[in-house]
Amino acid sequence: MLEQQLLNALTLGSVYALFALGFTLVFGVLAVINLSHGAVFMVGSYVALALVTQLDAPLWAAMLGAALASGGLGLLVDVLILKPLRVRNAPHLIPMIATIGVAIMVTSSSQGLFGAEIRRFPEETLPAADFMVGAVHVRVLEIAIVAIAFLLMAVLFITLKRTQLGRALRAIAESPKAAYLMGINVEGLFHVTSFVAAALGGIAGVLIGLDFNAITPQMGQPILHKGIAVIILGGMGDIRGALIGGLFLGFAEVISKAYLSSQMGDAVAFGLLFLILLVRPSGLFGRVLERKA
Amino acid sequence: MSKLLSIRNVGKSFGGLHVLHDVSFEVPAGSIYGLIGPNGAGKTTVFNLVTGLLPPSAGAIEFQGESLVGLPPHKITHRGVARTFQNIRIFKEMSILENVMVGMHDHLAYGGLGLFFNTPAYKAAERRARERAFELLTWVGLAHKAELVADNLSYGDQRKLEFARALATEPKLLLLDEPVAGMNPSEKTALMEEIRNIRDRGYGVFMIEHDMRFVMGLCDRIAVLNFGRIIAEGTPEEVRSNPEVIEAYLGKEEAA
Repeated sequence: MLEQQLLNALTLGSVYALFALGFTLVFGVLAVINLSHGAVFMVGSYVALALVTQLDAPLWAAMLGAALASGGLGLLVDVLILKPLRVRNAPHLIPMIATIGVAIMVTSSSQGLFGAEIRRFPEETLPAADFMVGAVHVRVLEIAIVAIAFLLMAVLFITLKRTQLGRALRAIAESPKAAYLMGINVEGLFHVTSFVAAALGGIAGVLIGLDFNAITPQMGQPILHKGIAVIILGGMGDIRGALIGGLFLGFAEVISKAYLSSQMGDAVAFGLLFLILLVRPSGLFGRVLERKA
Repeated sequence: MSKLLSIRNVGKSFGGLHVLHDVSFEVPAGSIYGLIGPNGAGKTTVFNLVTGLLPPSAGAIEFQGESLVGLPPHKITHRGVARTFQNIRIFKEMSILENVMVGMHDHLAYGGLGLFFNTPAYKAAERRARERAFELLTWVGLAHKAELVADNLSYGDQRKLEFARALATEPKLLLLDEPVAGMNPSEKTALMEEIRNIRDRGYGVFMIEHDMRFVMGLCDRIAVLNFGRIIAEGTPEEVRSNPEVIEAYLGKEEAA
């Protein structure tokens, strides 16, 4: 029934949105399509799993640990790979290709370290509480996932809109050169952005890991494709667009799985996406991107 | 007059192309200094070297006696060098007020968390920044448009906003790259007044400009750059009567 599916869609969509948010933030500020974002997401869920199973950490601490680990990985990618390319004024495709290399390295290392099989959080570590709202079966876990995703998105949104840090990031997004000459530490904020975006991606990984309770080294790949779809749908670099696009994709996927074909959920969701792009080629909130060096 | 900016024996080459050779001059405090020369003479490159967007290949650049070479651009801004661009680079998607506030870095900590905890320090810093931004916008005559998105401004107003934004970084030296490009005569006259006003408030002004009448009427001293070399330096009268300058620059314009 519909209400139950809407709850599932909201849960999935809010995680997609959170994932896409980090992705679009890096694109907006660094002007790089960072294709290692899916691998960073996968690392987040493994780190949380390891903290829970090896150290008996509570879930909140595992999530914090995952955010730090993923954020650290994102920072490392920026310092070791993206920065040298920026210094050399590498053309736009080069950093994107380099991040594909990062994704492959991280994915295959995880496979070597953790094995290719599906890993799960032990049942007793997950919040088991649930209740009925009318005919809808609500898990507390789902409520927590939606709440965490929306809280993080709200904090990011307000930071960008209302703080000096946010003004500085928006200035860089428009023109790094002019931002530098306003006294903004552009390189430093590239690092901060890379860390925050990857930390959000890592938390999204933990949330998906909890929702489906299935963690594999390959789990970053499908969500990366969805993340690309979401930010193209929402408008590249647009924060609101990532939110709306993520929710849209979650709803399209869940509803088409439930009512059309359980096998073809992705096909229908991506088909809808093509239709929208035919009507609005620059995405829902897209504008023609003109960025000065 | 004490010197603010000193450029000594500076050279710049891109690959095998030598854009600047052995360029030396000094910009004193409290005056308006002009850098002129034909297109492609290397004027904007001088600005890019001073602001740290490019490293010099040779020579020394000092600001208030301290070397700027090797500093990242934002640190040079913090030392007190601000700049406007030849092709305006305001932040078009931000409000006019935000455009000015974004430059107030030393005076308003990055801290995002203060907002969420609504700390008194955050509120006070934000209020001071807004007040100062309004002061600057009032001075350039844009205060009534403060909340508008900057993209809506006319060309002349965008230039004024760039001025206010540059001054928000609290510079000691203001670099202006072709400030009157695309302006009509009355706008030029008004801007001339404003630049004098800026000087009289104690700022140093260093400008690149093509408009000879504007430069000659405004600058206290002028350096002439031709094919990457300084061919003359002095007061407008001295430069105007220098035969090499007439041949290289003014002569061509009269012939045109």
